[in-house]
Amino acid sequence: MKVIHVQEVIDTVARLCQEANYYLGEDVQHAFENALQTEISLTGKDILKQLLENARIARENDVPMCQDTGFAVVFLELGQEVNITGGFLYDAVNEGVRKGYTEGYLRKSIVNHPLQRINTGDNTPAVIHTTVVPGDKLTITVAPKGGGSENMSAIRMLKPAEGREGVKKFILETVKNAGPNPCPPIIVGVGMGGTFEKAALLAKQALLRPLGEPHPEPDIADLESELLEEINKTGIGPQGLGGKTTALAVHILTYPCHIASLPVAVNINCHAARHKKAVL
Amino acid sequence: MPHISLSTPLSDEIVENLRIGQRVLLNGVLYTGRDAAHKKLMELLDRGLDLPFPIKGQVIYYVGPSPAKPGQIIGSAGPTTSGRMDAYAPRLIALGLKGMIGKGKRSPEVVKAIKQYKSVYFAAVGGAGALIARCIKSCRVIAYPELGPEAIHELVVENFPLIVVNDSLGGDLYEEGVKIYGTR
Repeated sequence: MKVIHVQEVIDTVARLCQEANYYLGEDVQHAFENALQTEISLTGKDILKQLLENARIARENDVPMCQDTGFAVVFLELGQEVNITGGFLYDAVNEGVRKGYTEGYLRKSIVNHPLQRINTGDNTPAVIHTTVVPGDKLTITVAPKGGGSENMSAIRMLKPAEGREGVKKFILETVKNAGPNPCPPIIVGVGMGGTFEKAALLAKQALLRPLGEPHPEPDIADLESELLEEINKTGIGPQGLGGKTTALAVHILTYPCHIASLPVAVNINCHAARHKKAVL
Repeated sequence: MPHISLSTPLSDEIVENLRIGQRVLLNGVLYTGRDAAHKKLMELLDRGLDLPFPIKGQVIYYVGPSPAKPGQIIGSAGPTTSGRMDAYAPRLIALGLKGMIGKGKRSPEVVKAIKQYKSVYFAAVGGAGALIARCIKSCRVIAYPELGPEAIHELVVENFPLIVVNDSLGGDLYEEGVKIYGTR
């Protein structure tokens, strides 16, 4: 049994909130550089250059890449041989978010209630997803999610007969409908299968996979590359101002589903694809 | 493609000469405003009161900046999604608002008002908040401090890089861009 004190969780979450907002992932950086080579729109190229410059300024000065420093979505993979001491794990995660957003000069964007809408002042509560896993480690991933791209996400319960083509059609429709709003070039997270809520969670988890890493199953990997190609033919382009680089990647996760169901969720991420991980 | 250098306030003549796709470097005073601030501005107008800043010829930047670190003027300050302000924008345009800066599509009503009253909608690069912050030379809250990042700020900017998306002739770069580069 491994003992982890909540203070360690607080400090780790606080650090990850800041790192995720300040430092663009190397995978995304490479994807921008590759896109610069293939983009034909001059405005599109100019935008990609601005995004690379923006990432450099943020990284060198420890400032957020984007003013929308997001809803703190926190994924916990809790080893069943871990004993958390000193308090409740979820309180520690929220305390870490409070500390990270306040000390890191990150924008507090969370309101207390969907209709009352009073800012909670510390970016809490976090949205926490926990999985219990074998072993004696606690893996924490912080994925701040901005409102602009989250708002363009969608879920649909397809009929099983609609199959692969129906799935493709819905994903393309969602990306086209999103247009410039989610800050393209986007990363498209897709959850397919499971139930209504499982599909949505899978779509978000799919965004955590490093760019350029295809799905391990060849048929799903094919679907990902087909979709990426189709999306980049829409002409939406960087910031929606026209071009070839509408998406940097499509990531799909699947789960078994009911004989009657084919849920598909599309969680759209902006170009920054922020997430940072630590293992305790 | 060269940049056009502009200073606020914007005149009818300047706005009428802007065309979609043009790249602009904007200088001068801007006012920030998001959903909650716009709602409050509408309430003032409904009650027949003055707005907290003169609207004629001015430019509103849809932004909710992150907090400034010690020694900084402002935190990250990229554009937010403009569509959320569509319900309020036509009324401000009719009162003389000459420019809006944000990201994402505008409603047909806003596009119509831009054409009718000779205004312009610029896109700034979404997510480039650290880069844009470097163009901001001063920042002060002039209304609704209780709204935090959503308060109305007066900004002075230098060479703020923008792209004309909706012009006074009814042009829409989001639609034209897709037509030019789309192949399906």
